[in-house]
Amino acid sequence: MDTTPNREAPAVRMRGLRKQYGAVAAVDGIDLDISHGETFALLGPNGAGKSTTIEILEGYRLRTAGEVTVLGVDPAHGGLDWKSRLGIVLQSETESGVMTVREQLLHFAHFYPDPRDVDEVIAAIGLEHKARTRISKLSGGQRRRVDVALGIIGRPELLFLDEPTTGFDPEARREFWQLIRSLKDEGTTILLTTHYLDEAAQLGDRAGIILGGRLVDVGPVDRLGGAEARVPIVRWRDRAGTAREVRTEQPAELVASLVRDLDGEPAGLEVIRPSLEDIYLDLVRAAGAAAPDAEEAVA
Amino acid sequence: MSTVDTATAANARRARRGIRPTGTGTPPAAARPGRIAVGASRIGYEVRSYFRSPDAVFFTFLFPVIMLGIFTAAFSASGEIQPGPNAESISVGAYYLPGMLAAGMLLSGVQNLAIDIATERSNGTLKRLGGTPLSPVSYFIGKIGQVFVTGVLQAALLLLVASTLYGIALPTEPEAWMTFAWVFVLGVATSALLGIALSALPRSSRSATAVVIPIVLVLQFISGVYLQFNELPEWMQNIASLFPLKWMAQGMRAAFLPDDFAVLEQYEAWDLGWVAVALLTWLVVGLVISRLTFRWIRRDA
Repeated sequence: MDTTPNREAPAVRMRGLRKQYGAVAAVDGIDLDISHGETFALLGPNGAGKSTTIEILEGYRLRTAGEVTVLGVDPAHGGLDWKSRLGIVLQSETESGVMTVREQLLHFAHFYPDPRDVDEVIAAIGLEHKARTRISKLSGGQRRRVDVALGIIGRPELLFLDEPTTGFDPEARREFWQLIRSLKDEGTTILLTTHYLDEAAQLGDRAGIILGGRLVDVGPVDRLGGAEARVPIVRWRDRAGTAREVRTEQPAELVASLVRDLDGEPAGLEVIRPSLEDIYLDLVRAAGAAAPDAEEAVA
Repeated sequence: MSTVDTATAANARRARRGIRPTGTGTPPAAARPGRIAVGASRIGYEVRSYFRSPDAVFFTFLFPVIMLGIFTAAFSASGEIQPGPNAESISVGAYYLPGMLAAGMLLSGVQNLAIDIATERSNGTLKRLGGTPLSPVSYFIGKIGQVFVTGVLQAALLLLVASTLYGIALPTEPEAWMTFAWVFVLGVATSALLGIALSALPRSSRSATAVVIPIVLVLQFISGVYLQFNELPEWMQNIASLFPLKWMAQGMRAAFLPDDFAVLEQYEAWDLGWVAVALLTWLVVGLVISRLTFRWIRRDA
């Protein structure tokens, strides 16, 4: 079933990708390339089309239109050899209750041509002390780490992580980031969807923001939204107590002139450099209500 | 962007440490493990998970043993069963043993797999497996192997309990055991495939037991497992003959009951040829339905 893999192609390539459910376009024309070795973060609110897109790439859903290759292969016709080069961490955790962590990983390792060492993987997810515990006895966060372990046991070239750290405490999230960085250092291509913008900023080489099934912005994480979105904001209250806001590349100069004019400290002074989160929220707001329920309706 | 450079540098570092790089499209050095080998490892995994699930152990593995105990105790005072004047008579327990063996085959195959696979579909297990290079062939080897291993252990336990606890005499002629062997193998294979086929029906794990148990239960009542087949009305016998359980039970009676009992069958003979035909037909039906309906996930549903 495999079409001949094209090794020159980027790890993931989408052109005009569409997915239609009845009259609703869950994915509405996405063009994107992800290079080998890159970590790409796909951001967007619930129902924006993140999971639909990623499940088309994983071969779980069939697209309505457009061209897609994943590791040079059309995912709608990906065979077992193609699957052995992927690692998939799905959004929903599964209940593989009665097996222990180690048994489950040993078993999944059997499926792959060149699996990682099971004990190394268990150490990497920090569950050495739970290796002989049944998965049903683990906490939600620990089970999620097992999901990640099952995703990387086959030494994937391309790893899909669909909201991997939902339900993690801050420390677990940091440990997880460390794990992802080490995979990245080994050359693994990673496609990550997340709600956490700090996660995208920490891990992503590039990020894309998906709204209403469209990719509204793509770029290096520190350049999302364009230069304009990053212009610092100065806020203060004038003599009459009215809130004022000015965007300027020279905030210090503005503040100095305010001090001169007011002959003293401006009330309620703030100088803000928009964070990724501010920029993201601005983009989401600008896009307005973009079919927010499309994904829930089909999930 | 320096991502590719980073990856190259990392691979170079790994190469110096003698580790094969994962990144940029290097063809895998090792071949993917074969479907049969993976299937064999699935059997071990499936059997282990079966015996760690209390529901499966109680309602499919031990159930026929418990039912045999109940029947033997309930009818212990009602004397022996005799197929006709001057014919050999046997205890009620001995009469019900073949039916319980047939019920065990049906439960281990149809009930167990239909509920198990429907549950795996709805809790995401199949979706996860579908994202790995596991072949559906290996998956089915695992499931059918699980049914065979648990079915053999179940039959062995039934026979052991019957002969030691209830003093039921087991056949000594090799011919009877040959009949038992082929009816068992064919019946278990048919049950396993029908279980896989039936697993496509329930829409959720919650409805799985509600869909599967009544089917299995009704079949047991009309096929001569709990009720003596020759005492059922003819129309019911005819309906039962359309389904495989009646034939499994008949084949098992042929193996375990004295030949005099053949006159109690619908056509006064064991009709082992028809047993084979009926079971083979259902085997093919199960295979075709399984092949046509099985999906790792309900795509786009």
